[in-house]
Amino acid sequence: MRIRFEKRLAPSPLMTVAVPVVSVILALLFCAAFLALTGRHPFELYFAMLEGALGSAYGLSETTVKAIPLMLCGLGISLAFRMQLWNIGAEGQFYLGAFAATWVPLTFPDLPVFIMLPMMLLLGMAAGALWALGPAYLKVKWRVNEIITTLMLNYVGILLVNYFVYGPWRDPKGFNFPLTAEFPPAALLPTFGGSRIHVGLLLALALVVLFIVIFRNSRWGYEIKVIGSSERAARYAGMDIKRNMLLVMALSGAVCGLAGMTEVSGIAGRLQPGLSPGYGYTAIIVAWLARLNPVAIVLVAGMFGVLQVGGYIVQTFGVPASMVAMIQGAVLFFVIGGEMFANYRVVFPNSKGAEKADE
Amino acid sequence: MLKPIITMRGMYKRFPGVLANDNIDMDIYPGEIHALLGENGSGKSTLMCVLSGLYKPDGGTICVEGEEKRFRSPRDAIACGIGMVHQHFKLVEPFSVAENIAMSGQHGSFMLSTEKMTADIAELGDKYGLAIKPEASVWQLSVGEKQRVEIVRMLYHGSRVLILDEPTAVLTPQEAAEMFKTLRKMAADGCAIVFITHKLNEVYELADRVTVLRGGRVTGVLGRNELDTKKLVWMMVGRDVVSQYERGVMPEGRPVLEVQKAVAFNDMGMYGLKDLSLTINEGEIFGIAGVAGNGQRELAEVITGLRRVADGTIRLYDEDVTNSRPADMIARGVSYVPEDRLGVGLVPELSVLENLLLKSYQQPEFSGRWLLDSKAIKERAAKLVKEYKVKVSSLDQPVKMLSGGHLQRLLLAREIAEKPKLMVVVYPARGLDVGATEAVHRLLLDLKAEKTAVLLISEDLDEIMKLADRVGVLYNGRLVGEFPVEEADIERIGLLMAGSGTEGGEADAYQI
Repeated sequence: MRIRFEKRLAPSPLMTVAVPVVSVILALLFCAAFLALTGRHPFELYFAMLEGALGSAYGLSETTVKAIPLMLCGLGISLAFRMQLWNIGAEGQFYLGAFAATWVPLTFPDLPVFIMLPMMLLLGMAAGALWALGPAYLKVKWRVNEIITTLMLNYVGILLVNYFVYGPWRDPKGFNFPLTAEFPPAALLPTFGGSRIHVGLLLALALVVLFIVIFRNSRWGYEIKVIGSSERAARYAGMDIKRNMLLVMALSGAVCGLAGMTEVSGIAGRLQPGLSPGYGYTAIIVAWLARLNPVAIVLVAGMFGVLQVGGYIVQTFGVPASMVAMIQGAVLFFVIGGEMFANYRVVFPNSKGAEKADE
Repeated sequence: MLKPIITMRGMYKRFPGVLANDNIDMDIYPGEIHALLGENGSGKSTLMCVLSGLYKPDGGTICVEGEEKRFRSPRDAIACGIGMVHQHFKLVEPFSVAENIAMSGQHGSFMLSTEKMTADIAELGDKYGLAIKPEASVWQLSVGEKQRVEIVRMLYHGSRVLILDEPTAVLTPQEAAEMFKTLRKMAADGCAIVFITHKLNEVYELADRVTVLRGGRVTGVLGRNELDTKKLVWMMVGRDVVSQYERGVMPEGRPVLEVQKAVAFNDMGMYGLKDLSLTINEGEIFGIAGVAGNGQRELAEVITGLRRVADGTIRLYDEDVTNSRPADMIARGVSYVPEDRLGVGLVPELSVLENLLLKSYQQPEFSGRWLLDSKAIKERAAKLVKEYKVKVSSLDQPVKMLSGGHLQRLLLAREIAEKPKLMVVVYPARGLDVGATEAVHRLLLDLKAEKTAVLLISEDLDEIMKLADRVGVLYNGRLVGEFPVEEADIERIGLLMAGSGTEGGEADAYQI
């Protein structure tokens, strides 16, 4: 008996939902095997992670706090990905957003809150946009591969921030730690109740609504869709591809910059190295896993928040935190492997030569 | 009686949605030139791709010299002496000719002996009159040279059965004649040659035997002395094709499009159009005949704003529109049905609804400044699909699932719905069956009745003679002849297409 794979005419709707869900389960089982090899009880660990991340007000708050930058970066990335622009530079754009936002309270510490926060927001977004526009311009002008340029600019962005916090912006009263001075209260994003959850969450949810409108029902969303599907057809239809590339990358970078701004203003309260534990990279997995769907991005980001916080919790059990990276990697691995089942059918020919398709 | 070198029995190959080969039998004898004739989509290429190991058959057996073989890849087929030259050459551009030829090899040692190979290639080239330079890089070669490299590659690897997929489509008539000579020489040496074609004249010129396919089945096998045009056409198409359309009298309309001395470059940076001038009037169909690759694509793109002219002017209703952007040309009422329907004219992944919107998404009827009016869009799409009888299961169906004929209907529906002043259509009936072709032709004649100017670029002379009011011949980027259709004579057009003007050659013809 020979099993064949036959291309589906259209991706199966059932599989589009089933593949990510099953992939996550398989990834957890796969990692469970490794955990078991280290002599621990994997499902106890998973349960502890879950309980730690969701079982208390503190855990929930921390999970949300971790999910916010993932949501924002994921949304930003998804916009570029929809047009087949591979913006891998969310991490750098995040840092640049944080950097530009920090400049405001450091330079004008006495601004009132209603000027301070909007200015930080705008500058943060502008800086993220500029960081993405560079690669976009190079791509439009000379077809430079944006994967390479956006990726490389991540390191430039991170090191730029390091230079400032180790150098000119170092807090003179900070015992020589590489930190800027603490922000004045006017430069801190409001939080909900006693938790650390800041209004960045509302911004992310507002963006979700905006993105849904753009992709479902706007002229611009339609252009992005056509350009992303077939550039030649878009040109034929008279669409301005170069302008849209610049626009989409700028907005994508702006949203990632916004993530950096909310993080520095809502959580850290000062600029410091290692502000992001790789949010910009994890967000790529988030966006991909969510199939670029804005609502799904929020859910997947929440799930990754659980992983992250759960990972911190199980460190107290003596499990290294890098286990989280392993689970994240395994999830992506299984999702990409599982894509095949959405696009292909498995055909089992039976003994009589007739074929039976397996859905 | 000679034994066949290849016997195929009950070949069966299915693609999602189509049955490309349905129980095909075919014999190929050594020393014969065997034509595989059929319309586009009749399964000729599929059958040969199966024979050369590129596709796996879903059923049937292939025997080489009586022994059943199963090919897992072209490598296995090459080992059995079966080589195929595809329509789109499978060469690695940055590599040299010798490296390309070495690539599909399996004999010899781990190390390549360049000198020996170069010598062998040169010897093969001499023997069959296939002049190629082994050390040249492939990207530097002309299309004809690339084809020679492909042929030499197959000979070098000991092919006894050489398959050529529409070999003349990319060649000038002179190059084609040269190649025919080579093929005859190879056949005389005992090589079996299969060439895929849909052109009857090539069958007459070259073939010892012909197998005709239609809709994935064999409809007939004829020997050289049984050849008969009427019979062949019947086998190929399944009915007589001489139907003539009712045509209105040629109207005296205003000129719509005037192209003057247009010069444009092709994608390779060479001249695509050279000093080309033409005028099309309201309610007129201007047919452009010519061998593919003589500037057809460049001409269509220059008019629709997709390609810049380096020199010359283009005027639309007396307004200079030279090098306008595509969006401006659309706004001025230029519709375009491109050669590449799925990929340029339509977006395969998007739905019927979204594809119908492609040219009109900015019009106030369907969108405001930011948002689309989905109700109006849906209503119009439903109306168009019904009016043009496009068979779809739903408006949300991705268009890549439609058949060729319905794709073309959908594309025409959208372009005609724009109420164009000028319609540019390239190869409108390519790959369509007879019924779909007729439907498409009727739509074009209806457009003409509405006083639209139509530029019909086609490789099918019959199509042009049936539809056009005036005929021009495109050769090497120039319009080398232009006549009213009543005075057009297929033989003369054929000669012009081949680059030999009857009275005094090119310079004279292009003054017209």
